[in-house]
Amino acid sequence: MRAFEYASAMTKEQAVGLLGASWDDAMVLAGGTDLISLMKDDVVHPKRLVNIKEIKDLRGIRSRSDKMLAIGASTTLQELVDDAQAAGYRALIQAAESIGSQQIRAMATVGGNLCQRPRCWYYRAGYGLLATNNGESLVPTGDNRYHAILGNDGPAYFVSPSSLAAALIAYGAKLAVFGPKDAREVAAEQFYVIPKAEGDREHDLKPNEIVTHILLPAAAGVRSATYKVHQKDGLDWPLATASVALKMNGDKVSAARIVLGHVAPIPWRSPEAEAALVGKTISEATAQAAGDAAVSKAKALSGNGYKIQLARVAVKRAILDAARGGAK
Amino acid sequence: MRDDDDKVVEKEGISRRNFLKVSGISLTVPLVLGPRVVRAGGADVKVFGPGKVPVTLMVNGKAMKTEVEPRVTLLEALRNDFDLTGAKRVCDRATCGACTVIVDGKPTYSCTVLAIEAQGRGITTVEGLMQGDKLHPVQQAFVDNDAQQCGFCTPGFVVACKAFLDKHPNPTPEQVQQGLGGNLCRCGTYMGIRAAVLQAANQQKGGRRNG
Amino acid sequence: MAEYKWPEADKRTLIGKRISRVDGPQKVSGRAKYSFDYNPKGLLFGKIVRSPHAHAKITSIDTSAAERMPGVKAVHIVQQPGTELFWAGASVAAVAAVDEATAEDAARAVKVVYEVLPHLVVDRDPKMAGDNARPSAAQTAGDADKAFAEAEVTVEGFYGLPVITHCCLEPHGSVMEWQGEQNVLAHLSTQAVSGAPAQIARPLEIPAANVRCVQDHIGGGFGSKFSPDEWDITAARLAKKAGAPVKMFNERDAELMVAGTRPSAYAKVKIALKKDGTITGWQSESWASGGMGSGGSPPLPYIFNIPNQRKQHTAIVNNVGSARAWRAPGHPQACAITMTALEDAAAALKMDPVDFFLKNIDMTGARAAIYREELGIAADLIGWKKNWHERGDKTAGPIKRGMGLSMHTWGGLGHPSDCDLTIQPDGSIEMKMGTQDLGTGTRTAVMIVVADTLGVPLEAVKLMIGDSRYPVSGASGGSTTIGGVSASARRASLDALDGLFAKVAPALNADPNELEAVGGKIQVKGHPDRSLSWQQACQKLGGMPLTVRGKNPGPGSLINQGVGGVQMADVSVDVETGIVKMNRIVAVQDCGLIIDLKTAESQVYGALIMGVGYALYEEKIMDQKLGRMLNPNMEFYKLAGIGDIGDFKVHMMTGKGYDERGVIGLGEPPVISPGAAISNAVANAIGVRVPTLPLTPDKVLAALEQKGGRKDASI
Repeated sequence: MRAFEYASAMTKEQAVGLLGASWDDAMVLAGGTDLISLMKDDVVHPKRLVNIKEIKDLRGIRSRSDKMLAIGASTTLQELVDDAQAAGYRALIQAAESIGSQQIRAMATVGGNLCQRPRCWYYRAGYGLLATNNGESLVPTGDNRYHAILGNDGPAYFVSPSSLAAALIAYGAKLAVFGPKDAREVAAEQFYVIPKAEGDREHDLKPNEIVTHILLPAAAGVRSATYKVHQKDGLDWPLATASVALKMNGDKVSAARIVLGHVAPIPWRSPEAEAALVGKTISEATAQAAGDAAVSKAKALSGNGYKIQLARVAVKRAILDAARGGAK
Repeated sequence: MRDDDDKVVEKEGISRRNFLKVSGISLTVPLVLGPRVVRAGGADVKVFGPGKVPVTLMVNGKAMKTEVEPRVTLLEALRNDFDLTGAKRVCDRATCGACTVIVDGKPTYSCTVLAIEAQGRGITTVEGLMQGDKLHPVQQAFVDNDAQQCGFCTPGFVVACKAFLDKHPNPTPEQVQQGLGGNLCRCGTYMGIRAAVLQAANQQKGGRRNG
Repeated sequence: MAEYKWPEADKRTLIGKRISRVDGPQKVSGRAKYSFDYNPKGLLFGKIVRSPHAHAKITSIDTSAAERMPGVKAVHIVQQPGTELFWAGASVAAVAAVDEATAEDAARAVKVVYEVLPHLVVDRDPKMAGDNARPSAAQTAGDADKAFAEAEVTVEGFYGLPVITHCCLEPHGSVMEWQGEQNVLAHLSTQAVSGAPAQIARPLEIPAANVRCVQDHIGGGFGSKFSPDEWDITAARLAKKAGAPVKMFNERDAELMVAGTRPSAYAKVKIALKKDGTITGWQSESWASGGMGSGGSPPLPYIFNIPNQRKQHTAIVNNVGSARAWRAPGHPQACAITMTALEDAAAALKMDPVDFFLKNIDMTGARAAIYREELGIAADLIGWKKNWHERGDKTAGPIKRGMGLSMHTWGGLGHPSDCDLTIQPDGSIEMKMGTQDLGTGTRTAVMIVVADTLGVPLEAVKLMIGDSRYPVSGASGGSTTIGGVSASARRASLDALDGLFAKVAPALNADPNELEAVGGKIQVKGHPDRSLSWQQACQKLGGMPLTVRGKNPGPGSLINQGVGGVQMADVSVDVETGIVKMNRIVAVQDCGLIIDLKTAESQVYGALIMGVGYALYEEKIMDQKLGRMLNPNMEFYKLAGIGDIGDFKVHMMTGKGYDERGVIGLGEPPVISPGAAISNAVANAIGVRVPTLPLTPDKVLAALEQKGGRKDASI
């Protein structure tokens, strides 16, 4: 790790004041589970770290008067899993409770999970977010077994690493962002962007902005679930996830939000799958059809075709799980 | 956009030029410097480093002092500065659990926490679990069930199991398997560990006073 | 004169019992010190400057900036300009500094210019290898042409397993400390304490007698830590230059890149059979890579001495960190190829593989009877008859269950081992032996043998190992340690008793030959009333202690070699995701006389877990364009976790027919079969062979697709 200077902010105003105009100037330290590794791998080398864990306003979960549930960005994943008010957001809790390990969940924060960087092994080895060597992407001709099957027209091929993000988008969550000039709210769905050039980020966040809260609309009557496909039981990156949130009218789906994780450079909302499900009764066949629709535009790279099948199954199983036990 | 940002920073009282100048000092000067104070968010905020800064850690109930750069991890400080070598460095990337310690009651990968940010927190290492010469029930259960071979993952596993049992005093075998996935062993001692966790849980039932 | 044999079963007080390892309390409390934990006063931290290229020549090295950095105490050029480097991660230069961060900054400040040369880092296809493919001549036995011409059934397949790494949790390295100008104290992480001084001394050009190697505990070796490495020698050179001890251990990425691999193995196999299941011919075209070395050729066909054979093997030389012995070198590869090919043959004949293996069991030679017995026991323990089905679980739903089996062998003859056993006039007992405990339980086993023989409690024995100043004992590898150390400890203990009996006999009015050591007493055989306590007896030694040297090899028959094992695996496969979950493995294993049943079982459990790892997860993934390893971390170089292994049932073949063979090593054998047994279970579950390990979802889905089940699963 390269040397840096360190400051701990007590307020969000101090935090943004301590941040700089470029990512190299300063970065936010929350749980650290991703950032410290990125620094050890010399992928990022900020001159200053700004610890935001001491900011009281950023911790904890509370219901607001407008019925939104506000999750402080530096709430840990375990605090989220254990929180009674968040328990109704089943897809979110299912996504959170299997992230990493007991240590990761105790350390990592919700905001950090949303802002963590991709695990693409070319990126982590120093070839940039777009994984290029001599101007050419290493991914299509390299080992892309863990890379994107959707949104992979290039130049970005990595997959979004956040399981929470897909669940939050399924609920239509917003992120509260605080910067030097003002606070703003952005739909979680809009927060993620596919970078077009090296130097672009996969998040809509400026170097001197921080995510302060996650705002979840009330989910009463919403049937939801997250299904994760990962090879190992313990700490292991998912190969595909699907989060679904369904509104029912009798036994028919009246509205659906279906979001895939770990399959595209951003959490991938699938209008195709949603359209396939709306108006239908949930059954193995309709869930399967939605799964098929979700991957209808998927495109295999040389070594990741299997992920198309995994994404399809994740969508199917998440829908069936939501139908079985989704309303809380 | 960047110009705007610059202006904001100036208004907050941190000169960007100053910032770079200070950050740009030779990064390995072994001098211990007091913190700088910068103006941010309407308050004076202390900025430490990048050189060595005094750090006090509360480890196993004792205040321990050293001087380290902000980039030094809690694990490195424990091992290199305090000679508490029970926690091991293995993956060094928050994956394998060999460095697990308990921070404010929570299982923590010490390879991925900065020593400077661990100040003011209660840190328990594997060395702190023993009560005098007596092994902690989790430690005794590891011995009884041969839950170690080479033993390099063992201290981290012991601490992780202790933290797990604090949260799940009555675990099912399934919970044990799902709950301890944050630690890896290469010799293959998981069968013994599963049995050890269940034994320790049984022993602690009804009288969990020592935690 | 002592009779050198093991006590009869009814006389064993500790041998063969379930005894907790003696260093357990140290390990669980964090007090056990590994070489990596050693922090002598004034310690400096070493760091290696590594080549990022798989194949390159050094053009120039500029260390001036590093040398100027405050806190840097020594800089050393490991490879001079002009030197060719053959893999990414190879050492170029090294620094030592007052702390790790400074050492890292200094290493980064060393500027190296390379001339990049062409490389090869993959081995999946020998055609890609060009000149780096080194075919050897075909080997034949019997008349393979005739066997295949006359075969009633011929079965063909492709099988293989990739390069994997040892991934020792304690990385390779050392703390090197000079004591004066000519003496080195080496805290090395090693499987061979006694042999280390000579290897450290030679490059340093000092007498081996001036080097002392010590090691209390080692954090894993698995075959990769037999010799000190170049970076250990570099640490010694830096320590000399700096005048202070230097700690040099690999970072995790370097550990996975350069500190040893298990060679790959791939083979196209053809088997000739009769319809009744008799195997009549074997043909294989195999290739493997062990990096810049050949990696050896796996012993195909494994175990079964098929009468007619034609085999040809090609070594692929490539720019990957070199192979080192990996637990049972060559055997897991040969086993995974042979046992899967044979199981495919059984499936083609629609035979139960247990029947098929039994049908041909005499081809296994000397161990046939043991395999037959073990197959029966394993089948009972896993419920084979009740649960086995023909290929392809026909039940509804996406989860398919299946069972598979495999068999293996290993030598395990005890290595040369010396020890000194001292009995003091106050009764205290001290044993010195230059061995090391890899976590196999060597300490515990030696103490069990000494205590059982002397008739004293385990705690009465003070054992000192892990120091090259103690009597020479062999390297711990190849399952040779338990035989070596138990035999030398037994001989020393028996000889010590002889010496003691001679001193004690007059006091008991008996002939020394009439005495025995039982229950903390020396007594006339069968006469507890004519006895002295251990302490009283030892007082008869007079003023001086009694010391004897125990040796292996030596008189009497205490050890043996050659074991057989059978394993059966039960798995569930989700055919929609291709994910394999372990339900159970049954392992039936013989290893002669067992010293400590508890740690012996732990060896088998551990081997099975390593086996699950390489069967399902492990692979050193190389990028041919970049020439580097893509997963040099523990996130994507995946080891099995506590929730991934299912359940195990271990059955040790003990008692009559086994114990009297003497002690045989156990570390290697049980790690050989899991790959084949699990692959066979997956094939049985899903109805099609997944040709290569690890059995990852992409490959499982691809196999299913080929069978005609699924789309999209291209690999």
